[in-house]
Amino acid sequence: MAPRTVVRHQFDAVIVGAGGAGLMAALEASKRCRVAVVSKLYPTRSHTGTAQGGIGAALANVEPDSWEWHMFDTVKGSDYLADQDAVEAMCREAVEVVYDLEHMGLPFNRTPEGKIDQRRFGGHTKEFGKAPVRRSCYAADRTGHMILQTLYQQCIKQQVTFFDEYHLLDLLIEHGRCAGLVALCLATGELHVFHAKSVLLATGGFGRMFKVTSNAYTLTGDGCAVAFRRGVPLQDMEFFQFHPTGIYGLGILVTEGARGEGGVLRNGRGERFMERYAPTLLDLAPRDMISRAIYLEIRDGRGVDGKDYVHLDLRHLGRDVIEGKLPDIADFVRTYLGVDPVKELVPVQPTAHYAMGGLPTTLEAQVLADGVSRPLIGLYAAGECACVSVHGANRLGTNSLVDIVVFGRRGGRHMANALASMDWPTMPAAPEARAQDLIGRLTSPASGESAAQIRAELQQIMMDHVSVFRVGDGLKEALGGLSSLRSRYQHVAVRDRALQFNVELEEALELGYLLDLAWATAVAALARTESRGAHSREDFPKRDDANWLKHSLASLHDDTVALAYKPVRITKFPPKERTY
Amino acid sequence: MEIRIKIQRFDPERDEAPHWRQYQVGAQPMDRVLDVLHTVRWQHDGGLAFRRSCGHGICGSDAMEINGRNRLACKELVKSLRQPITVAPMRGFRVVKDLMVDMTAFFEKYRAVRPYLMTDDAPPEKERLQSPEQRERYDDTTKCILCGACTTACPSFWANGKFLGPAAIVQAHRFLMDSRDQGAEQRAGVLNDASGVWRCRTIFNCTDACPRGIQVTKAIGDVKKLLVARSASPDGPPARAQRAGGPPSA
Repeated sequence: MAPRTVVRHQFDAVIVGAGGAGLMAALEASKRCRVAVVSKLYPTRSHTGTAQGGIGAALANVEPDSWEWHMFDTVKGSDYLADQDAVEAMCREAVEVVYDLEHMGLPFNRTPEGKIDQRRFGGHTKEFGKAPVRRSCYAADRTGHMILQTLYQQCIKQQVTFFDEYHLLDLLIEHGRCAGLVALCLATGELHVFHAKSVLLATGGFGRMFKVTSNAYTLTGDGCAVAFRRGVPLQDMEFFQFHPTGIYGLGILVTEGARGEGGVLRNGRGERFMERYAPTLLDLAPRDMISRAIYLEIRDGRGVDGKDYVHLDLRHLGRDVIEGKLPDIADFVRTYLGVDPVKELVPVQPTAHYAMGGLPTTLEAQVLADGVSRPLIGLYAAGECACVSVHGANRLGTNSLVDIVVFGRRGGRHMANALASMDWPTMPAAPEARAQDLIGRLTSPASGESAAQIRAELQQIMMDHVSVFRVGDGLKEALGGLSSLRSRYQHVAVRDRALQFNVELEEALELGYLLDLAWATAVAALARTESRGAHSREDFPKRDDANWLKHSLASLHDDTVALAYKPVRITKFPPKERTY
Repeated sequence: MEIRIKIQRFDPERDEAPHWRQYQVGAQPMDRVLDVLHTVRWQHDGGLAFRRSCGHGICGSDAMEINGRNRLACKELVKSLRQPITVAPMRGFRVVKDLMVDMTAFFEKYRAVRPYLMTDDAPPEKERLQSPEQRERYDDTTKCILCGACTTACPSFWANGKFLGPAAIVQAHRFLMDSRDQGAEQRAGVLNDASGVWRCRTIFNCTDACPRGIQVTKAIGDVKKLLVARSASPDGPPARAQRAGGPPSA
């Protein structure tokens, strides 16, 4: 088939992804250089918009709090796998970035004195674990929506250049340096080659590798997968968070803020079962623990009506709290379950929610070519696609929003500062060749399998064997299944040959990304013979600091995934047993 | 169960004009229209083009006309719809393919109202204060997800594509009613213009169409009142005096 038209651009910096991390980086970098934001969606469609409960920052507006307590909670929540220098930077700067967001116009809920209001959230405590603390700054249950809108508004004000509905296909990496990227323009089918001194990936997570997920259909890990294919390692891929309260069947998120406001979980017998698993924090224990508790309740026959769900009880909060502080949640539950949360119990089940793993970066969001110490010149990553690591083996609620604004800003700043002394990187001879080839392979065969069938099988395999609980034999079975799906993917045929808005092609590309990332996830999960945070091995139920207090690095070599490891940076809080 | 769905199709590379195609597909009563569209795409016709992302009414990608009314495909359930379910793109913007429309003009209007906080004062060290009552005044319009359902349901917009449209006015409202904002003066021109708020004939289609339950027509009314008060005031722009609630009691 004829090669696609190629359009060329040159920008100082290109940011891929227009969620919170990408927009924050764009705002920061565009103050001093020519920036383009490339996104496969209109920016306001990005998944940051679905974050509900709040952004954690020790403002101490309603009770005493400190960034050290926030740091401690984050480290403990991470099951001691987070790098503590990164966590310290994040928790210190959280305070300042929340004020920044307010100055940009973010409509936070207010205290009677007019300050930013704060509420409780899972795993956030005062005085190093003594009791829950009100740390989450929120805007009803649409905090992420307000962050996304506010940052986009500021980008409009600052006249940032956007390429909306451009899908990432390839990164141009040669001789340890990134020279730009290639993207597919969905409206025309043209290939666009962006020559840039630096690129920041902010492409979000990849929860769509699982069957039940809170993640948008578009969360397919494009940035991670493209970098992985270009030789960049992926860090801590075995850690994928399941949020305990997804709407039964659909996986749509019910914010932890619902429990922060006083909601409780009940099993099929009506028991508040978290009393047995986390006697101090109860329903506000971290997500990994609650998701496991729900699975165990269901396994022991205490699900509701013998089924695979439990109940979230909000009835005692009363209509005013539910409608006033959790209006979207009330709407989702009414719309999708036909349940009135003011009067009825809400069926919930754990839902694949957040990738702790991703592209290894420095504290300035520079991607590490070797995963350890050598920055890949001109390549950055921030937000869920990156692994700094501030979340370690399990992320605390509210910390994803902190992560995107803090490290998006750091990345944007570093990019802009570094540009001045950077030459233009040399472009490869035919920069679009790999992208042409990738698309050609999918759109040339006269017949072949559909991507939809393979994707459904991928999601089932990951759900069955690589979700809340894992076991060696199951992971081996998953790897066998993934290997066969990857072979079948080589024979996928996109039937639609249209150039304009070819959604079938787009989904086939996304499936390829998911397959590679699922593979790295399963390989890293099989290797880690311990249980830590979200990675829970039934055959190795204990945390094993002697052997496993280390980050994994998965790299692609000659069509195999190779694993390496690197130490965790511990500064203030030595590992302890994690009880709540 | 089997259901019938009729979808307006248009492939710019093959078709001269849009046409309808009906499909019979398996579905559950609690399925979203989005699920049905996915079934068509994944099992019958991989080329069916529509936008979607979050799947639960927050990202604003999948507004379309469902059984004659603008709705989000991810918030309409099969059980509440008469069959065959008819699905067409939003009206008033150029259809680029199947259920996708060109949103360029929509976002141009959004930008025209300067949808960002404007203030002359340097920010304080911590947050600007704002009382819960002041915050409440613009709460409703902060819910907007820019899906376009209101604007493309508006007969005034259908009649004159230059009309700013409800969505852009909702955005203006969100800032005009915010006690921290000082941009009323700069926004007044575009709102008072011949293509501004006065083209609204209070038809309430926008309010019916809004998937976020925003009182869109009321918000437009608030903006009209503000503009009237501005022009009537002898002492300069009264936009700030219009705002309810004084400074926070602290």
